[in-house]
Amino acid sequence: MRIVNISIIGFGAVGQGVARSILSKQEYLKKEGIDLRVVGISDSKGSEINTTGIDLKSALLRKKQKGSVGSNNALDIIGDVEHDIVVEATPTNINNGEPGLSNMRLAFKSGKHVVTSNKGPLALHFNELKEAAEDNGLFFRYEATVGGAVPIFNLVHEALGGNTVFGIEGILNGTCNYILTRMSEERMPYYLALKEAQELGIAETDPTYDVEGIDSAIKLVIIANSIFGLDSTYKDVDVTGITKITPEALELANRNNYVVKLICEAREGKLTVAPRLVPKRHPLAVGGTLNVASILTDLAGRITISGKGAGSIETASSILSDILYIARNL
Amino acid sequence: MIVSMTLELKDIPGQLVLALSPISEFQGNIMSVVHQHDEKTPRGSIPVQITFEIEHSVLNKLIDRLEKSGVKVARVGEERLRSTVSVILIGHIVHSDMGDTIDKIDSTGFAEVVDMSLSMPAIEKTSSAYLVINAIGEKELGKALDIMREVAAKKDLLLIEPIRLNSVGS
Repeated sequence: MRIVNISIIGFGAVGQGVARSILSKQEYLKKEGIDLRVVGISDSKGSEINTTGIDLKSALLRKKQKGSVGSNNALDIIGDVEHDIVVEATPTNINNGEPGLSNMRLAFKSGKHVVTSNKGPLALHFNELKEAAEDNGLFFRYEATVGGAVPIFNLVHEALGGNTVFGIEGILNGTCNYILTRMSEERMPYYLALKEAQELGIAETDPTYDVEGIDSAIKLVIIANSIFGLDSTYKDVDVTGITKITPEALELANRNNYVVKLICEAREGKLTVAPRLVPKRHPLAVGGTLNVASILTDLAGRITISGKGAGSIETASSILSDILYIARNL
Repeated sequence: MIVSMTLELKDIPGQLVLALSPISEFQGNIMSVVHQHDEKTPRGSIPVQITFEIEHSVLNKLIDRLEKSGVKVARVGEERLRSTVSVILIGHIVHSDMGDTIDKIDSTGFAEVVDMSLSMPAIEKTSSAYLVINAIGEKELGKALDIMREVAAKKDLLLIEPIRLNSVGS
């Protein structure tokens, strides 16, 4: 049995999803020969540390009842507690990447591998973080940052190893996809579809980040840097959102066998997020909140994958897969 | 040049070969042949639609040869606009002079707006238009799209183009 100690930094929907999936996968992990122990958990209000492994069930319960995982304050899990992998699951901050950025820097400095769902630091300082990991001989895995459960980076870096990727096109924001799907199906105006999405918890009260294409652009930047080796940031993306789209435009598209989707495109070093016409029977024409990515390569041709782009357990699926990748290669 | 021709063949064996072999002899590259044996013309002949690529200079010689061998050439047309793209425009399309937008494409000589549907829900509301642009080749189609992008930016219209990855580089 190989003991792998991890910390979960950020105990919101994603962090709790990770804890829940580790709990539900005890048998599976045992079969893999991995004893996965969470030695530290922290949220914005407090933290808990137990070097022999935290009881995740009671940690989740405490979080539910008291709103925080523990009362220990100011304890620096990343720097001071001995462990192997930092799961960085704090919320995305696109202005300066904090607190995720400092957490990741500290993790690499103190010799820990990083698995993250946090887009901010990667959209702003991808190459710096990648180099910090490489310089220290550490793994840096971020499957959960793009496409939720959809394994885009694993697919390209591992499964499609040896291929040259010409370009990637995809739908990377479930909120926009939901709104456009509903507008098209029900001939609803934009503001009504948005309101429905907000009532269902699919869109946030301030939807700007999603509907203006910012979230899509950030994910595209991470893809471009990771897959094409670019050194791009959010400013390099040509972004058009979905707020101006009319139900009439969707109806005209429909009559001519097209749907309109907010498409992220990385091709020939150019990054674009814009509404585009997609032929109805094209694999990119997925509906609802689904995400999809179509990757064009030299050897394999075109490969398209789609799946759930958000959700606590779905995102945890990507994080757990990254943790296991590291655990198997330690 | 790309030529599309409608030929009328007698309803006896060997006529299709008779019609196609001169095209090959003149170095023509046949792209498609539609032979409808059960759709006879009032004259009792069988119409065949052929599209092929051929040097412009030998076209008249080819037509002569076909006519002399008893194949009637019912129609000859140049297939000029082979590449096509669909786009959607959203905004104050009519007020921003749609005619001028179309003109900018048509006046290039290599591309034309061949279809358009417009939807105007109410006065003062934004309207939406679906346009089909044809051009003589992919390169020219790209240029026509550049013009559309420029016009859309200038007139504050949202231009929705088709996804590209499948057509380019694949």
